[in-house]
Amino acid sequence: MPKVTYIEFDGAEHVVDLPEGWTLMQGATLNGVDGIEGECGGSCGCATCHVYVDEAFLDKLDPPSETEEEMLDCTVSPRESNSRLGCQIKATAALDGLILRLPEAQS
Amino acid sequence: MSAPTEDPGVVIVGAGQAGYQVAEALRQDGYEGAITLIGDEPEVPYQRPPLSKAYLLGETDRLRLKFRTEEYYAEHAIVTHLHVSAVSIDRTARTVTLSDGTVKPYGALVLATGARARPLPVPGADLAGVHMLRTLKDIDRIQADMATTEDTVVIGAGFIGLEFAAVARKLGKAVTVVEAAPRVMGRVVSPTLSAYFTQVHEGHGATILCGAQVSALTGEGSHVTGVTLADGQTIPAGLVVVGIGVIPNEDLAKAAGLACDNGIVVDIQGRTEDPFIYAAGDVALHEHPFAGKKLRLESVQNAADQGRSVAAAIAGIDRPHDAVPWFWSDQYDIKLQMTGLREEGDQEVLRGEMDSGKFSLFHFRDGVLRAVDSVNKPADHIQARKLLASGISPTPEQAGDVGFKLKDLLG
Repeated sequence: MPKVTYIEFDGAEHVVDLPEGWTLMQGATLNGVDGIEGECGGSCGCATCHVYVDEAFLDKLDPPSETEEEMLDCTVSPRESNSRLGCQIKATAALDGLILRLPEAQS
Repeated sequence: MSAPTEDPGVVIVGAGQAGYQVAEALRQDGYEGAITLIGDEPEVPYQRPPLSKAYLLGETDRLRLKFRTEEYYAEHAIVTHLHVSAVSIDRTARTVTLSDGTVKPYGALVLATGARARPLPVPGADLAGVHMLRTLKDIDRIQADMATTEDTVVIGAGFIGLEFAAVARKLGKAVTVVEAAPRVMGRVVSPTLSAYFTQVHEGHGATILCGAQVSALTGEGSHVTGVTLADGQTIPAGLVVVGIGVIPNEDLAKAAGLACDNGIVVDIQGRTEDPFIYAAGDVALHEHPFAGKKLRLESVQNAADQGRSVAAAIAGIDRPHDAVPWFWSDQYDIKLQMTGLREEGDQEVLRGEMDSGKFSLFHFRDGVLRAVDSVNKPADHIQARKLLASGISPTPEQAGDVGFKLKDLLG
């Protein structure tokens, strides 16, 4: 199972084994990572699962859909070049070791 | 009666979105007392919205529907009593009696009892193959029936009915949607959007019958085989899903003498008239500053925000439940997002082109923005929420001009 590290805004780290096919949002909410909300249940509708993806992994991800692009403009914490929505990224073997930094606020 | 020797803490009746949120927010707010979460379903709290969408399509599983795993509740000292319901409240003794006979004392009681699907009041509604869609158990039964039938009839063209219809079409079923009102989603969207969604569903091969009254469900043996309408026609049906609204589960509160009026009456932070009892979610009727009147909202956002407000009230924190309402629905590849509250007679302004499949409808009352419905335009939706929350209104002309950046108004 790919290992994903979530680093909360206050520095707290959670290392999670994510079953392949789970989204980064599901991996967070089901493992008690507080810095991700996912209020819409993961339908790319609320921008409360905003993550900053470690630069080394950016090119391993499919680019954001048009909808995700639009939602990324609506995050509460600033959008950076490595901003993504956790509900739109599924865990794969290629993402083993992925590091995600969480923003100061989601809503 | 002897005084309890220690604070019995917070007892939450109802383990849906609102009940879960109260428990979670209490711990986030640093509340250290006991928390007991009572739910009448066998599962730990789970998300309902995917039931009629991703879960039914097999795109997610039971585990991932959960808000949190079982371990979370143990680690946060949230005691769950599942598969049990509350039967009565003794407000003087401050106890709640459960269906398994337990008498549970409370320091604060939260009623997050939600709502139940409104039953279809016609003969045959109790036939096998006729389902509501609210719980995992409902979905399990629906899936079992879907495996054996092609003919699907949906009664009620609200969110649930239309979401289910979209999934059933995706799975290749023959789908007829029967709606008593003159148009689909008539309670929540404007005629423009009703017409748009009717076209979408028809374009995907569903039959939409509006202004159609169901007079009976007919069956062979104990299983449904058809839906008979008032005009006499019978639509073949091996599966019927009924989505004609919900009824708030206020009986427990009513029996305890709490004020109810199609919902338990609460203030802006979810307090009932009894200083030890709160209510949140679908069951709560609350004063809403945005609406300027009392509202009972049936939405995830309302349950979550009101749950957080109630937790704050218990923890002694000021956190009113005053967010601008928002809702969403996924049907086929359409994400419909709504915010604010539209009323009949509002001026409607189109932003974008409907033919492009990405547009928003802005609704103005006396020239002031009151609601926005977005179709595959999530950024419009989020900006509309910000505008409505800040009380800044574009003019109808600005809203209709896609060259005008709504963001600029927000500074």
